[in-house]
Amino acid sequence: MTTTSPANRTSAAQPARAEQPRPGRARGMPGWAWWVICGLIGIMFLAPVALLLSTVFKTPEAAVQSPPDYLPSQPSAENFSDLGSTGSGVWRYIANTLVVSLGTVGLSVVVSTLAGYGFAHFRVPFGGVLFGTVLLSIMIPFQAILPSLYKLLQFLSLQNSLLGLILVYATFQMPLSVFLMRNSFAQVPVSLVEAAEIDGCSSLGALRRVMLPVVRPGMISVALFAFFSSWNEFLAALVLLSNDDKFTLPIFLTSIATGRLGAIEWGVLEAGVLVTMVPCVLIFLLLQRYYVRGIVAGSLK
Amino acid sequence: MPHIAGRVRARTSRGRRLTGLLLVAPAVLLVTVFFLIPLGSTVWISLHKWPLLGEPEWVGLANYEAIPGDRTFLQALLFTLLYTAIITPVLFAIGLGLALLVRRSQPGVGFFRTVWFMPYVVGLASASYLFLWLFNPRVGFANKILQQLGIIDQPVQWMNSVPTALFAVTVMVVWKVVGFHMLLLMSGLQSIPDEVHEAALVDGSGPLSTLVRVTLPLMRRTIALVLVFSVAGSLLAFEQFFIMTSGGPGNRTLTIVYWIYHSSFTNFQLGYGSAMSVVVLVVLMCISGVQLAVLRDRQT
Repeated sequence: MTTTSPANRTSAAQPARAEQPRPGRARGMPGWAWWVICGLIGIMFLAPVALLLSTVFKTPEAAVQSPPDYLPSQPSAENFSDLGSTGSGVWRYIANTLVVSLGTVGLSVVVSTLAGYGFAHFRVPFGGVLFGTVLLSIMIPFQAILPSLYKLLQFLSLQNSLLGLILVYATFQMPLSVFLMRNSFAQVPVSLVEAAEIDGCSSLGALRRVMLPVVRPGMISVALFAFFSSWNEFLAALVLLSNDDKFTLPIFLTSIATGRLGAIEWGVLEAGVLVTMVPCVLIFLLLQRYYVRGIVAGSLK
Repeated sequence: MPHIAGRVRARTSRGRRLTGLLLVAPAVLLVTVFFLIPLGSTVWISLHKWPLLGEPEWVGLANYEAIPGDRTFLQALLFTLLYTAIITPVLFAIGLGLALLVRRSQPGVGFFRTVWFMPYVVGLASASYLFLWLFNPRVGFANKILQQLGIIDQPVQWMNSVPTALFAVTVMVVWKVVGFHMLLLMSGLQSIPDEVHEAALVDGSGPLSTLVRVTLPLMRRTIALVLVFSVAGSLLAFEQFFIMTSGGPGNRTLTIVYWIYHSSFTNFQLGYGSAMSVVVLVVLMCISGVQLAVLRDRQT
């Protein structure tokens, strides 16, 4: 994880003074002990995933063997092929989840970029009140208003629809997204904007040509927040989606766990868990810089 | 608050104000329709006997009056508070320990930070199904590993008693979110200049007393913020209990949100569910008030 922290910068600026302990070592702890402790903790964090990986490639029968074996005696992809024939088939749920999360990402990024630009660079009438209203919803998570949200979506005929879910998810991303984007835009030097306008750019032209490159890291953070939360969201999807062919992956897991005839097919369920986890982990590994920066900026500033 | 560039520019022509309004309009519209309206109608619905389908009936404050007599609500409230009281210090202590291990840059630090933080991007539902399986007494690995390490003799039926079920859920939650606590506490630690620690150590203060007497007080605002996040999150706990314990044994691991969900969408009492939501909202507003006070304190 690359965070540019003040401490990192100082230690880079003043390489290992002789009288100091070796840079970074927790004081009073020899280097090998640090590696052993961190390594053991690392193993504890990775073990659940390792056990998951070994189990999903067992045969469905071996996956429900008691007690379980650490490694598959006979590697098999049968859990995954079963996953493809459970309910409407896993591809359907992957597609639903992709629609919902890409829709939420797109809507959140566009709406919060526009609003961030507006709040940071324009004197919006009642701007303070409007900004406060948008931020207010950070204090009240949707769990607390779920019954009436359900009635509202029913009234708008958006219940049991992926579009309804996108609108709800994007709304609850708004406070953090608008906050991050307003701060990103506030960092764009005024001279840059003025130069663009003197050159004849319109407000939207200035946004597109001059500012977007500067606020891009903020937009990526907003997109990542929207992606992780909408890909994984459970309660609202559980309440708002009622048809099996509309389910997102987390709700699909619930329908596997409810099981056919009572018995849970553990191999299939855990294959579903793996399919749900992998995209998030991959995206995180690729873009963790932006994500971590966004978390620190969103919560501590 | 960061310096706001727009303020410096004196041009406030009507056109620019209108453009500004248009730019923020979509965000305001979304928040109005999908947040403010449901927020207001939560109060409205709570004053009715409101079935999932069919005509609502005005009942005044009857739903609120029913809450103190609802033993399941009181049980869920107590359990949610118990869960919050357990998980908050556990997450803080482990998060701080991890943050202390990886706060400085040195070879290997980036790898461990990534590994410890990674479960945070896994969904709460997926993580719950992962640990539901690991803690399954028949096919899961928890019993096998603990038996091989000699920690337990007999397989444990994890979900059959409140303490063991709570233990399993706590393990899952720590695995999933402690990296987030580590990250925030690490930024807090890194914002304290090294010289402060060195001065304390030169003065003969040991590492532990330096931590307790110098470091932690200096990062009290980060700590307050981390605690507020953790308390607010735990009070809203749902997935981990819905998936891992189903509220059992005997409703004894039911949380508030779980009971609101159950009343509204299984018992079809939207009015009563909304009344309980309003109570939870008031509690959350108080917590957010504390959060805002902490944030405001930061700026001074």
